[in-house]
Amino acid sequence: MQDLLILGAGTSGTMMANHLKKQLPQGWQITIIDQEETHYYQPGFLFLPFDIYKSSQVKKSIKKFIPKGVKLINKKIEKIDKENDKVILKNGKEISYDILIIATGTQIAPDEVEGMLGDHWYKSIFDFYTYEGAKKLRNKLRKWKGGDLLVHITEMPIKCPVAPLEFAFLADAYFEEKGMRNKVNIKYVTPLSGAFTKPTATKELTHLLEKKNIEIVPDFAIEHVDGENKKIVDYGGDELSYDLLVTVPTNMGDSAIERSGFGDELNYVPTNKATLQSNVKENIFAIGDATNVPASKAGSVAHFEAEILTDNILRFINNEPLKEEFDGHANCFIETGHGKALLIDFNYTHEPVTGTFPFAGVGPLNLLKETHTNHWGKLAFRWIYWNLLITGKHIPFVSATMSEKGKNFKEVEELV
Amino acid sequence: MGKTYAGVSVNVNEEGYLTDLNQWTKEIATEMAAEEELELSDDHWKVFDYLQEQQRNEVSLSIRKVGKSGVVSIKEFYALFPKGPLKISSKLAGIPKPASCI
Repeated sequence: MQDLLILGAGTSGTMMANHLKKQLPQGWQITIIDQEETHYYQPGFLFLPFDIYKSSQVKKSIKKFIPKGVKLINKKIEKIDKENDKVILKNGKEISYDILIIATGTQIAPDEVEGMLGDHWYKSIFDFYTYEGAKKLRNKLRKWKGGDLLVHITEMPIKCPVAPLEFAFLADAYFEEKGMRNKVNIKYVTPLSGAFTKPTATKELTHLLEKKNIEIVPDFAIEHVDGENKKIVDYGGDELSYDLLVTVPTNMGDSAIERSGFGDELNYVPTNKATLQSNVKENIFAIGDATNVPASKAGSVAHFEAEILTDNILRFINNEPLKEEFDGHANCFIETGHGKALLIDFNYTHEPVTGTFPFAGVGPLNLLKETHTNHWGKLAFRWIYWNLLITGKHIPFVSATMSEKGKNFKEVEELV
Repeated sequence: MGKTYAGVSVNVNEEGYLTDLNQWTKEIATEMAAEEELELSDDHWKVFDYLQEQQRNEVSLSIRKVGKSGVVSIKEFYALFPKGPLKISSKLAGIPKPASCI
């Protein structure tokens, strides 16, 4: 019997267990380790603060999605002993593997910024990247009387880089519907030089922010939070006051990666961006938010990676060369409020542009344009997530590598 | 695109970053610094050395990484290159604009 071990039963790890259960040859046992018992639908955390989703809609039992025959261990991981091909649990137990897949994701680290985590955390400073944070923020917003709201990104990279923009758009719509938009001043504060990281999308999104009366504060690199006086201060000495600070704290990989001694400065696993084999050892692979590949940290990216990683694991077992196929493909809906959304589709080399998706010239979804159809696509995605995506089923018409069909790349060339 | 620094024509991209580190000279960095209204000190040159070494080793860069390098702290980095230290220092060091933002 040979052992394939997966660390993490989140989006990536669960998908890999489902793919591999169907495809691994006889004689392989799959084991998956996670300390949690709940599987969260993380895209739903965006909707919780605004009472769009109920908390019951974003969580299910981890067990439910682990296929029969895969062994699930509900324990904390201490570290990976790569020399001896084994994982050591917090309780001291050791688990050997022939192949390891690291899918330990990324977490917020509010303690990385002075003054963020302390007396004012979950009183006037909130995150919405955790179930707890999103719920506490919902309770705060239900009672909040208005004032200066900062939607803030601490440093890049972050999971789902469009989420803070969506939060700002949804906040605008939420306060408008409550009849108090005139009492709320929304600022979007980012360490980037603009609304997004890619030029064409930045242009569209800046226009949308302006239309919704959300001021953008670029190039703001936070140095500390002054919770007492309710302001954030950047390294250049600039200050911004707030009544409510909604921040995306520094994102970091799991501390078990740091304890294993091979993470980068943010505890991400050094990984080949085309094959998803780690640079740590040839029998160690990594997927999703846990890697350092220069792609977005997003569920769609993990989904596309899972198809390619499954192929490469089978090739590795058969002593065949790995496919250098992952192209950084990401596909993200951006909620813009009032029942509308944008859709972006891009990869390592192609930035998001306008066009139609998934069928060239037909749609029904529109790229980089605010439409109601896109919003329905985003809502339908929750069903797709629970029923197709994490169970390892293929999403119809959407390929793992990005398609260039139906996209207006010419516009980009003219801009450059 | 071509641009002339210190009497030498070099290739730059649309944002003014050198496209070939081999074309970089100290004179070019000094003239680029003048465009950014910066006067270069020893510490600036130490940062350029570090950035170029990382680039040659194909290591991707972030402000956090520079802060942990032992060359400068993040605070000192900002003091040397106010407003966007990584963007400005990369340009002056002749390396591509870091893609740490996805």
